[in-house]
Amino acid sequence: MIERPELWVVIALLAFGSFLLRFAFLGFVGNRELPAWLLRHLRYTAVAVLPALIAPMILWPSGTDGAFDLPRFAAAMVTLAAGLYWRNVLVAITLGATTLYLGLYLAG
Amino acid sequence: MSSTSSKTPFWLGFRDAAPFVLVVAPFAMVFGVIATEAGLSIAETMVFTISVFAGAAQLTSLQLLQENAPAVIALVSGLAVNLRMAMYSASLTPHLGAAPLWKRALISYLTVDQSYALSVAKFDERTDWDLPRKTAYFFGTCSPILPVWVSMTLIGALIGERIPPEAALDFAVPIAFLAIIGPMLRTPAHLVTALVASLGSVLFTWVPYNMGVIIAASIAMMAGAQAELELTKRGLFK
Repeated sequence: MIERPELWVVIALLAFGSFLLRFAFLGFVGNRELPAWLLRHLRYTAVAVLPALIAPMILWPSGTDGAFDLPRFAAAMVTLAAGLYWRNVLVAITLGATTLYLGLYLAG
Repeated sequence: MSSTSSKTPFWLGFRDAAPFVLVVAPFAMVFGVIATEAGLSIAETMVFTISVFAGAAQLTSLQLLQENAPAVIALVSGLAVNLRMAMYSASLTPHLGAAPLWKRALISYLTVDQSYALSVAKFDERTDWDLPRKTAYFFGTCSPILPVWVSMTLIGALIGERIPPEAALDFAVPIAFLAIIGPMLRTPAHLVTALVASLGSVLFTWVPYNMGVIIAASIAMMAGAQAELELTKRGLFK
């Protein structure tokens, strides 16, 4: 159960912080150049944070109380491979979900 | 600037963004469903989705809160996911930086993966466009995205509690994120980043308060930046 004042604080600060990140350069910097090293790190933030968040969820899913689950793992690999191959988010989600439900059905 | 001259870029943007509705809609629904499952009321879910307007960050923070991580960790991780928005902001600035402050504030709120990617690609192609045309195009790309994002979150929140456990919704977040990550791995440097991040977070699961995610992501970002430098030196980075 998520605590109530906590949830609202996170929502408010996440909204404010996300706006500031989006406004950072457009609003404050104007047309000045940014240091190359900063841009070089910013380029890899999403591709660092998202895998870090989900890698443990794939190996130890909460739906099975942390036990490795073959249908879920297979679905994860298919989603990633499809996304890499077709470069299309929708195709990847569809194939991943199909693999998951097919796997769960076969596993009984 | 008369309204007719900026109308065309607006509708051009609208049309270009229309197919992305198919990507945004299921993602918004997943957030609505997951938020209700986590015990959020409809009102809390909608305030969350409208004020933050960034699906991956919303799901990240929500997921960590649900795992009883401290609020600070949930917040920092969500913001870390959104750090790429700062990069978007930086690269939109040469094109839209001269707009009035209220417009720049509105553009900032509406900066998401789709509006950013479409706009920057179009601005590079249409170098003859002036500021009003560019601004109109940007707002055009947001126009199909925002209403679909909000309404599909609501639909997800409304049907959320009726979804049975057999639907394996615990795995909606990993699948949604993996589907986003795949197309992002455009260069070897991106690949290195994702590999280091995954390996690191698995190795750091013992670190308390879900801090392992942030530690792994920080190391991975540095690895990616370093890989880019090395590849550039060898002339392999495009």
